[in-house]
Amino acid sequence: MNVDWINFTPWSSLAGGALIGLAVALFALANGRVAGISGLLGSMLQRGAEGRGEKVLFLLGLLLAPLLWLVFADLPPVRFEGGTLSLVAAGLLVGLGTRYGSGCTSGHGVCGVSRLSPRSLMATLCFMASGFATVFVLRHLLEG
Amino acid sequence: MARLSAFVAGLLFGFGLLLAGMADPAKVLAFLDLAGNWDPSLALVMAGAIAVAMLPLTLAGKRSRALLGGAMQLPTRRDLDARLIGGSLLFGVGWGIAGICPGPALTLLLAGHWQALLFVAAMLVGMLIFAALESSRWRCPGGAR
Repeated sequence: MNVDWINFTPWSSLAGGALIGLAVALFALANGRVAGISGLLGSMLQRGAEGRGEKVLFLLGLLLAPLLWLVFADLPPVRFEGGTLSLVAAGLLVGLGTRYGSGCTSGHGVCGVSRLSPRSLMATLCFMASGFATVFVLRHLLEG
Repeated sequence: MARLSAFVAGLLFGFGLLLAGMADPAKVLAFLDLAGNWDPSLALVMAGAIAVAMLPLTLAGKRSRALLGGAMQLPTRRDLDARLIGGSLLFGVGWGIAGICPGPALTLLLAGHWQALLFVAAMLVGMLIFAALESSRWRCPGGAR
């Protein structure tokens, strides 16, 4: 294993993580809800989902964050990899997988793991493992 | 009040993603690339988030009502099933292809990248396929659980 110390950003990543933790804590304590993005988004696609107003506003905050950020500073770099086909395939898999698995990096990885939920620990283990494996296959086996 | 706190939570979440580097797909992929030039930053995003959220979420789980009066709606299921495992494995494959998960996808949506639009559109189609499969499962007697 070769650690990329040059691009390693321990302090901004820890601070960003802490902000995410704060957001999740606020949404759970004040609103009584899990800040799981795939779950919130999925319930937008259902008719008559409860608590719609709060969910819409959480998602709106998430959408508007980069615009508000731009008022104070430049956005950090955003580098996409892969073309149209791989973005579409990835999006489909992420949409389908997070709904079948009842959560994603936020709902399972942050909220669920923080509560030591066995389902979330298992889900996090699974998507981390298949994420590592997918990158290994794409970058080292196929492109080798 | 509940809507205001939801909006503030969403904003904070988005700022956190941007500050942490989670909104940069190449950085996420560098974290997932254990055999390449590995960037461990995202492990610290998870660690920072969990360290801050652990106590408040545990407290929230012990309450029956939220501070703003609504019902506490944290999940209570503890069983492991094939859907949870299969779905999460599938999600990881998609995450490993593009380096984008649902939160950063939404944060990038209005930041002016066509790739984010395309990814979110495909992700919503994936979610709609799930919804369609679910409703047909309930409608057809042979497919009910």
